[in-house]
Amino acid sequence: MDKHTIVQLTYLVAAIGFALSLKWMSSAPTARRGIFAGEIGFVLAIAATLATDSITNKGYALVAIALIIGTLIGIPLGLKVPMTAMPQRIALSHAFGALAAGLVGTAHYYLERSHLGKFEMAVLGFEIILGCLVFTGSLMAAGKLQEVLPQRPIVFTGQNLVNFAVLGAAVVMVVILLFDTSRTWLIPPIILLSLLFGVLLIIPIGGADMPTVIALLNSYAGLSASALGIVLENKLLIVAGALDGMSGLILSIIMCRAMNRSFRNVLFGAFGQVQEASGDAGEVGSVRPASFDECAELLKMSRNVVIVPGYGMAVAQAQHKVAELTDALEKEGVEVRFAIHPVAGRMPGHMNVLLAEANIPYEKLLDMDEINSEFPQVDAVLVLGANDVVNPAARHNKSSPIYGMPILNVDQAAAIFVIKRSMNPGFAGIENELFYNPKTLMVFGDAKHVVNELTTEVSGQRDAISI
Amino acid sequence: MSSDVIVTSLFIFALAGFLGLEVIRRVPKLLHTPLMALTNALSAISLVGSIVILGQAQTMYSEIMGFIAVVASTINAVGGFLLTDKMLKMFNQRRPVKPSADAEPGAN
Repeated sequence: MDKHTIVQLTYLVAAIGFALSLKWMSSAPTARRGIFAGEIGFVLAIAATLATDSITNKGYALVAIALIIGTLIGIPLGLKVPMTAMPQRIALSHAFGALAAGLVGTAHYYLERSHLGKFEMAVLGFEIILGCLVFTGSLMAAGKLQEVLPQRPIVFTGQNLVNFAVLGAAVVMVVILLFDTSRTWLIPPIILLSLLFGVLLIIPIGGADMPTVIALLNSYAGLSASALGIVLENKLLIVAGALDGMSGLILSIIMCRAMNRSFRNVLFGAFGQVQEASGDAGEVGSVRPASFDECAELLKMSRNVVIVPGYGMAVAQAQHKVAELTDALEKEGVEVRFAIHPVAGRMPGHMNVLLAEANIPYEKLLDMDEINSEFPQVDAVLVLGANDVVNPAARHNKSSPIYGMPILNVDQAAAIFVIKRSMNPGFAGIENELFYNPKTLMVFGDAKHVVNELTTEVSGQRDAISI
Repeated sequence: MSSDVIVTSLFIFALAGFLGLEVIRRVPKLLHTPLMALTNALSAISLVGSIVILGQAQTMYSEIMGFIAVVASTINAVGGFLLTDKMLKMFNQRRPVKPSADAEPGAN
């Protein structure tokens, strides 16, 4: 067997490792085994690549230095980033992946431009456009999530027209390159236009749409890696990119469904337009505030409590306090579970990792589909930093911007507590009917502080009785 | 690139896509964040392409682009695998049957 065959077979083993790795992600107990399979495949593939003849001595030195620098930066990004910062961390990794794909594609063009066929050039052009737009798009998303950029959606008239003109111009230039691949001067404008398009794509996006956008950028990053694989004739890269792209695609579809948006709407990036908050907010009644001890007393007397976490919990970093409250309630014999809406937080699965970080067993974390039919049997619901995902207007108020969005039916529970900073409407500026429900009691204050007070009340009262 | 190579590539892309669709559909919502971190790490295998470009060390431009690409992919690979592992460890830890006092918030 020649060296080339051995390398290709190693890639095959790696591809199988990657597939197994994703297969084992289907349940929490087997998932860590999956990482191991992925890592083995990865290391084998790199070792095989380093063994190819085309690498010069100088090349080895440069590769070694780059690998060391990458590892030194990668370790803290893997171990030190807190779970609350996960959405921006993941967005950043999409940016890095896209940057690498875009650069390799561009370098490949310059090195091979004299013998690129039409098909190769087309895929390469697609890959460069996608890589560049995901790079700036993900940086923008990360910046918004980290709050270094204004989170408010920026919209202007003719936005879609401008966006498509920018993208269209880049595509036209790629088409010109197809017929004459020697027009090197077209590459820089293609890159610049694509980078610009990535920025334009994200500026109209608000925080609530971030889960969809991150999933979509994930999908695009995967597709660009796969396209790069086709150009480089690297089968492993085609497989890994396709897996990544499909994963992002599935997550975007799930996010879309959870927000009642059409898939086409998302594919063409025309999402996140701020809807004009409808004037018809429904009948606005009065809200009933409750004190900490009232709330604690009622929670303690319940047989079962469901906590509904939202982005507000992440912002207040209240997840550890929530775990303490769960402990205190369970000591009183109260069953505590969590109801998690697919778009709660800023990325798919955001609430799950936050609560897992706080040591809450994953059996207690229930999907919307799992818990929704059970709300009529629930004694008390504690809404913690969630808003739109519990708004009953989504079920019946046709004029509401969130009409049709699947929600958690918390209004069917016997009692509802909403922890909220103030009565200001949420991000989307939509009035929440739940707050005016006669069964709802509002507990005002910072989520972390309120949960802490509740915990003290719940466990403190127990001590007083037992002494 | 011969048409054989093109067709093979498209074959692989299509089948890998289907495989991904079927496998990833089975990943519970619970694990969607680790899933994203893991697929990110896996697609950092574009590192193999970056290594070839940088390793050939043909022109200064290709060296610069290759160098940045290798660094960026390595960050994703190392960071991605470590991050996925860290998250999955959290999901699998058994909670100590102790009072909640030790559940102090982290320094973050």
